[in-house]
Amino acid sequence: MMEILQYEFMQRAFIAGIMVAITCPLIGIFIVLKRLSMIGDTLSHASLAGIAAGMLWGFYPFWGALIFTLIGAVAIEKLRKTFSKYAEISNSIILSAGIGIAVVMIGLAKGFNTDLMGYMFGSIAAVSSKDIYIMGILSVIIILSVIVLHKKLFYIAFDEEGAQVSGVSVNFLNMYLTILTGLTVVVSMRIVGIFMVSSMLVVPVAAAIQTGQGFIKTTAISVIFALISVIFGLVLSYYFDIAPGGTIVLLSVGILVGVLFIKALRKRK
Amino acid sequence: MKYMENIVLRGEKISFSYDGVKVLKDCSFSVGNRDFAAVVGSNGAGKSTLLKICLGLLKPDQGNIWLFENSIDKFEEWDKIGYVPQRIMNLNLGFPATVEEVVSAPLHTSKKLKNLTKNEKKNLTDKSLEAVGMSQYRNRLIGRLSAGQQQRIFIAKALVSSPQLLFLDEPTTGIDNKTEEDFYKLIYKLNKDDGITIVMVTHDYTDIKSMVNRVIQISDGGISDKIHKDEDGDKK
Ligand SMILES: Nc1ncnc2c1ncn2[C@@H]1O[C@H](COP(=O)(O)OP(=O)(O)O)[C@@H](O)[C@H]1O
Ligand SMILES: [Mg+2]
Repeated sequence: MMEILQYEFMQRAFIAGIMVAITCPLIGIFIVLKRLSMIGDTLSHASLAGIAAGMLWGFYPFWGALIFTLIGAVAIEKLRKTFSKYAEISNSIILSAGIGIAVVMIGLAKGFNTDLMGYMFGSIAAVSSKDIYIMGILSVIIILSVIVLHKKLFYIAFDEEGAQVSGVSVNFLNMYLTILTGLTVVVSMRIVGIFMVSSMLVVPVAAAIQTGQGFIKTTAISVIFALISVIFGLVLSYYFDIAPGGTIVLLSVGILVGVLFIKALRKRK
Repeated sequence: MKYMENIVLRGEKISFSYDGVKVLKDCSFSVGNRDFAAVVGSNGAGKSTLLKICLGLLKPDQGNIWLFENSIDKFEEWDKIGYVPQRIMNLNLGFPATVEEVVSAPLHTSKKLKNLTKNEKKNLTDKSLEAVGMSQYRNRLIGRLSAGQQQRIFIAKALVSSPQLLFLDEPTTGIDNKTEEDFYKLIYKLNKDDGITIVMVTHDYTDIKSMVNRVIQISDGGISDKIHKDEDGDKK
């Protein structure tokens, strides 16, 4: 297995994959616990619009994705206030807008190309040094933010009103978490693909929760599950020449099923 | 008003509506230091709403809340306030958090307390768990406790910052009678021995009549300005 690391593109793919495996669960844990699993889908569709814009007008698609996910993140939070009784509506609106813009721009750009497919389904060969550089900066922002804010974000996820009474700036942090989710989508889209980013946010965390640990341990376990899925997913996708997004997500679903199976066996005993 | 100096919570002509539906109209009330106040009224009368207004979670349309003689918008010492929400029923039982993680949460978020050392935080958490008789459960997942135990953990969380004023919203909903009795004893002890002012919402206050020295009654129809005080009888 080590010989695949002699290729530079594989080294880049692994570095990128490890960033995904760390950032997705760190943000995903809060998303899942706040029952906002839908938000990953929404923001990834916004990023698709940004990528399509980049391709249509010939600028670096990462910038497009970054701008569109950030606008999407702010818009979701604003709309959530407007439709306070139907929180999910704000997600649906932004998702629709994102996919609509993307489809129109892809049409204007005269259809799909391999580059776009790479962003949609993930790619190991396409990760450039520039991509790695930007993903690295975004990952550092995400990881530092979670290290500094995790106690507050935990409190909000567990008991939003209690946190507010304790003096936590709940509105600001909800907005910031949505923005961090947007950054995580941008970090992840290259390797796992836009359609599967949301799964990476949710599935490793879902599996870790089933192990029945406290918050900090659950978070650590979800990172480990994500790392296993990403590393083996990349190896498999190299040997079988398939898009990495699908293999990575299938492996993390496999881990979830395994955990549920072990749990069921234990219960029967 | 000569009794002002000992007032820790005061509502001044509070009016509140949800989307144009009036719930509270012109409600004035006050709670003195070391009082045990019951907020009573039928279902949907606006008890929870009133509590949330007192805590700054909802803004009244009119009127103002005073906490420890500060207008609520100037009030900053939130460590002095504990809150046990009416939420035991919607607690996510799958939430991956240990009792210790839940109880210590306020210690990491309050401006004053977050600079305590790890050990000091642990001691405060221990003390709080001890106060509610749950020390042996510190590493248990919150979802694996009974409803009564979970409610105790919520109290421990509210007590961890050593509050002087504790709000409880129907804390015994979903708890069996025996546990309920123990629970009231615990609250009574916090009030009498530790001198914590209690403001407790309840739909049926016959059980706690003997402990309570002040009643804030929100009358049917959701609108009320009725307050009676058993002890000093200074109803206006
Ligand atoms: N978020 C809300 N939006 C609209 N109406 C609400 C909301 N919360 C409560 N209400 C209504 O306000 C009234 C008072 O509610 P509440 O304060 O919860 O009553 P209580 O705690 O006394 O049972 C009820 O009629 C309730 O239906
Ligand atoms: Mg209520």
